[in-house]
Amino acid sequence: MTVVQKKTDNPIAHLTADDVELLGKELDEIRQEVMDSRGESDARYIRRVIDVHRKIELGSRAVLLASGFPPAWVLGTIGLSVAKILENMEIGHNILHGQWDWMRDPKIHSTTWDWDMASPVEQWKHSHNELHHTYTNVIGKDNDLGYGIMRVDEDQPWTPMYLGQPLWSFINACFFEYGIAAYDLELGAVLAKKQTSDPEFRKRARAVLVKIGKQARKDYLVHPLLSGPNFFATLAANFTANIVRNLWSNSVILCGHFPEGVETFEKKSIEGETRGEWYLRQMLGSANISGSKAMHVLTGNLSHQIEHHLFPDLPSNRYAEIAPKIRDLFDRYGLNYHTAPLPRQVGSAWHKIIRLSLPNGWLQNTTARNLPSQLAKLWKMTTGEPKVRRRLIREQAALAAA
Amino acid sequence: MEGMTATVPRPSPARPALRALRDRVLRVAELVTTPVLPADYLDMFHPLRAGTDLRGRIEAVLPETPDAATIVIRPGADWQPHRPGQYVRIGIDVDGVRMWRAYSITSDLGRTDGCFTVTVKAIPDGRVSNHLVRRARPGTLVRLDQATGEFCLPEQRPAKALFVTAGSGITPVMGILRNHPELTDVVLVHSAPTADDVVFGAELRQMAAAGRIRLVEQHTDTAGMLDAAAIAALVPDLAERATWACGPVGMLEALEEHWAAAGMADRLYTERFRPTVLVTGEGGTVTFTENGTSLEADGATPILDAAEEAGVLMPSGCRMGICYGCVLPLREGAVRDLRTGEVTTAVPGDGVLVQTCISAAAGACHIDH
Ligand SMILES: Cc1cc2nc3c(=O)[nH]c(=O)nc-3n(C[C@H](O)[C@H](O)[C@H](O)COP(=O)(O)OP(=O)(O)OC[C@H]3O[C@@H](n4cnc5c(N)ncnc54)[C@H](O)[C@@H]3O)c2cc1C
Ligand code: FES
Repeated sequence: MTVVQKKTDNPIAHLTADDVELLGKELDEIRQEVMDSRGESDARYIRRVIDVHRKIELGSRAVLLASGFPPAWVLGTIGLSVAKILENMEIGHNILHGQWDWMRDPKIHSTTWDWDMASPVEQWKHSHNELHHTYTNVIGKDNDLGYGIMRVDEDQPWTPMYLGQPLWSFINACFFEYGIAAYDLELGAVLAKKQTSDPEFRKRARAVLVKIGKQARKDYLVHPLLSGPNFFATLAANFTANIVRNLWSNSVILCGHFPEGVETFEKKSIEGETRGEWYLRQMLGSANISGSKAMHVLTGNLSHQIEHHLFPDLPSNRYAEIAPKIRDLFDRYGLNYHTAPLPRQVGSAWHKIIRLSLPNGWLQNTTARNLPSQLAKLWKMTTGEPKVRRRLIREQAALAAA
Repeated sequence: MEGMTATVPRPSPARPALRALRDRVLRVAELVTTPVLPADYLDMFHPLRAGTDLRGRIEAVLPETPDAATIVIRPGADWQPHRPGQYVRIGIDVDGVRMWRAYSITSDLGRTDGCFTVTVKAIPDGRVSNHLVRRARPGTLVRLDQATGEFCLPEQRPAKALFVTAGSGITPVMGILRNHPELTDVVLVHSAPTADDVVFGAELRQMAAAGRIRLVEQHTDTAGMLDAAAIAALVPDLAERATWACGPVGMLEALEEHWAAAGMADRLYTERFRPTVLVTGEGGTVTFTENGTSLEADGATPILDAAEEAGVLMPSGCRMGICYGCVLPLREGAVRDLRTGEVTTAVPGDGVLVQTCISAAAGACHIDH
């Protein structure tokens, strides 16, 4: 994939500036319709989800007090995983987006909510709501694209270091919440610029540590202690539930912007961007997951990533309702509504992670038959003289293009 | 509130120890429930328990007139008995949106079921009043504040009292009449469009028949409005009476003028249900410095309403300029007091406290919140 502006088959070349503005108007209307009809049934929905989450969480933790008994361990761990997923996705993510602020309930408000997650809400809201949602899929601006540690685009020069990308992506997925916290802290940049003594940074880092401390104390100390002789079994159950939740949320988020075919954008392309153009970028830069109602709820309705990115502050339970209208709009404007079942989208995203961990074209040029020679070339590209490396890299790219 | 302390049960010596124990248990529990509080879990099962946000449950909605109803509310355990004449703020979800309004308490303190009542008149297009009168169902949970307000009888009861009310303005007076049988010389002058529109009509007429009060009903659809002079004519011993009045703004202003002119201003107590809007002007952009929200507000809309409309959680109280529950510092810019037209300005660095419920933007302004 390359940024949309450099593509030979630019998927938006057929749209005039007027088309784009018209598209923006149509989207504004769809948004307004939902805004005007928010009401009691929506409020009932979010309260019910919160209620269900709390009951599952409470029940699972109670069951885990007997975690030494294997069926209790299994049941409790599944329950707690589901509870943590609900809490982060359908509840936390969406409340922190301000989707429920209109209810004026101080208990369910983006300015008062806190979640079971390593990243303190203020920091997350800044990096997610303000940066990611504003600069969606703009290379160099949207850190959600690879979180600053991955090669996410062919145009990023390949270096041997990226061969480790699948591995560290997987590790990042397992400990996703800590990854997010580090990235909300902009830890990478701070370390690179040696600014760790900056008081502002220290304050934020302390907030993260306090938050992590509370979460860890709950899952790895107090709850296990309450389990008495089942201390280690409960600890293991909580650890597992956290990993399950992390893998799940990482998968959902990968599906949102990373599958093959989702577009990325150049930095300068968003200068002076109109509302219509912003909408268009959100449409092309997001991908949906198709599936059951339960799957939608467990993804926090981020399975409707396209709708969510168009209207980040509409109540999540309404995305499904507007999805057909949005899809129709895509069709009428000749755009590709990117949607597929979860396994396909996850597979596609990981395929891309692996492809980009290798030099451009390498994966494409490799077959079962030429595998030994391709591996030999990869070895040379990794360890050879700079000149040899550069030549081989060019060769692979040219071969793939041909 | 001196009258109130006497009615609050004194905590027995065992209570503080119990409370301390409870607090300690909750603090430990918080270690497992973080990031939510143990209270959030307990509230799921017992929303009216002691030690949590004050709530109430609607037990019944009893029609009074075609557009008024009495709402019976069972308050949470921390509810403290009110003084007759006081009001309570109720936060209820209307179409999914939490709205707070003040309602005078109308019930008899001697009720044995632990409930209190408010009586609401639905006003045209009124969001909360229509919801309460026509759609609220028993079982609904509402948020409450403790009762408050100064529209009460003094400890030293007046020998002779006059109440002047109109429409829903009868409510605090009914609260007083039901609870102060010791008042023996009472005149009530009440105005309503027709006899059927008189809230508590039957009960008032019965009180009059029993000789507890002298009731003057004015049906304004047929007989027109009473002005202050007409009231004075109806009540010849006006000067000997302490007077409580509650009703539309225009009526109250006329009474205040008349009583002041007669040199009896200190014998008149009034209760307003809404502020008098005098002047409106240009609006402006209101920016909340802490939560980052910016919104366009017109010159006639209180900043409180405009901000809530935009989804900002705002502190509020009576919503009509008397309780100061809505005060926030104005850092910069100008606001207009809708009651007086007076403009308050702040230069950067200032933190002038303004009441957002009766202040509208008068140009761009920055408010700390
Ligand atoms: C101390 C206090 C005690 C009160 N006690 C009672 C009570 O016992 N019973 C009762 O019914 N109400 C009482 N009120 C009034 C009540 O708080 C609400 O203002 C009223 O119910 C209207 O709310 P709403 O949401 O229905 O109207 P809104 O939706 O807020 O307003 C709709 C329209 O009606 C106008 N409006 C607002 N209030 C009034 C009013 N009082 N009369 C005429 N028009 C109005 C508004 O300007 C607006 O145009 C009291 C108010 C105060 C401050
Ligand atoms: S809310 Fe009571 S003074 Fe503003």
